[in-house]
Amino acid sequence: MSARQRLWPIILYLIAAMILSVLPMPDWAAPFRPDWVGLTLIFWSMHLPRRFGLGAAWLSGLALDALKGALLGQHALALTIVAFFTLKFRLRLRVFPIWQQSVTVLALIAVYEFILYWVDGMAGRSVDGTDRWIPVVTSAVIWPLVALFFGRLQRRLAFE
Amino acid sequence: MSFNETDAKPLFLRGPSLGTRVFLFAVASILLMILDQREHHLTTIRNTLSVAVYPIRALADLPFSAQEWLHETFAARARLQEQNARLRHRQLVIAAKLQRFAALEAENTRLRELMDSTAQVADRILVAEIMAVDLDPYRHRIALNKGTRDGVYQGQAILDAQGIVGQVTRAEPLSSEAVLISDPSHAMPVQVNRNGLRTIAVGTGDIARLALPFLPNNADIRPGDLLISSGLGGGFPAGYPVARVAQVDRAPGEPFAKVSAEPMAALNRDREVLLVWSRVETPEFVEAEDDGAGEPPAEPIGDPTAAPPAEEEPAVPEDEPE
Repeated sequence: MSARQRLWPIILYLIAAMILSVLPMPDWAAPFRPDWVGLTLIFWSMHLPRRFGLGAAWLSGLALDALKGALLGQHALALTIVAFFTLKFRLRLRVFPIWQQSVTVLALIAVYEFILYWVDGMAGRSVDGTDRWIPVVTSAVIWPLVALFFGRLQRRLAFE
Repeated sequence: MSFNETDAKPLFLRGPSLGTRVFLFAVASILLMILDQREHHLTTIRNTLSVAVYPIRALADLPFSAQEWLHETFAARARLQEQNARLRHRQLVIAAKLQRFAALEAENTRLRELMDSTAQVADRILVAEIMAVDLDPYRHRIALNKGTRDGVYQGQAILDAQGIVGQVTRAEPLSSEAVLISDPSHAMPVQVNRNGLRTIAVGTGDIARLALPFLPNNADIRPGDLLISSGLGGGFPAGYPVARVAQVDRAPGEPFAKVSAEPMAALNRDREVLLVWSRVETPEFVEAEDDGAGEPPAEPIGDPTAAPPAEEEPAVPEDEPE
């Protein structure tokens, strides 16, 4: 019943999102992989802003950096910025109809990908192509499902 | 949702404002990135983090290794027998080749002694598994399940049965990351096995193609030539097959020929790779032994000696044209 107890499932989902984001996929499907961690964080910082704020975003970003072998701090920065915008507009976001939320998610994930892209460019890593922007679209498309799934979970956690 | 108690409170967040906090976190990230990029001061932090996220990698890998395990465990007897017979046959062939190889190696050592050059050093080899995790789809990186605990070091060469796969870019305690030779940011010194012509093979981002951008138009190279590692630069052990030249375009009026080659190693089909410890005393050229199971039985041995009699410059006439 305590808040801490209710936090565990969410951390587990965050870890699941990280697994999904490195799970091998066939070559043709890999570019379509949604930004699972970004989506998870957007949902929870929207709905539980006191527990899943910037700190959580930063830490999971750092974990994602270590996991993906990216520059340390790259995903951390991107996720922090995304969490910031989500927190800023969370009250408005929560009353949006789902398709409008999807459009917002599109913008948020675009910011996320842009920061990653930008850091890659600054660090002199090879950045190529349009494949990079596909996750923006797939994330927005899959958002209603994510929101539905986590919404159920949230209600169950709140009422138990 | 509005009756959720955690909902009502965050109207007034206490502590430093959101803007301040996001600024602090952003500065922290940028500092981390700068330190990580420029100085490599963060080895300890990175190692700690990588150990912390290792379970996640292992979990992502689990379905695949479990599937493999099941496949092995419940393999049909007939299939195993068939496989066994095939392997025994292959082993016989390789052993036969190896006999000749031993004689050649002895001869090579003797000749080298006559010439007063460095003796060959045997390479130590460790089998590592590629973990089934997708690191970064835009770069050709792989994660291996061996780390500094097993003696892996940064810059170590990685092979498979056919040729050179890549090199370790980051050794962490339990796992390590490597870059494939086809990564666009990777280049390695090679030489043509037929005539010892030295050049650089650059990754293209295409897993099935390397580019040799620094060969002049009149260079003696043709499709089918085997490229082996030259060992110059000290990164890779010398004499391992790297790629086979696929296409040579000589446009009159262009200073460089357009040469592309296909990597010998099964870069995207490997599940296991070999880590090589080549003890290099002089960074110039210590000839490593040729791969016993190496591909072409016809000509690979002995030629590495032909190439590097004196100078060290790989055949890079000018600087990169790009």
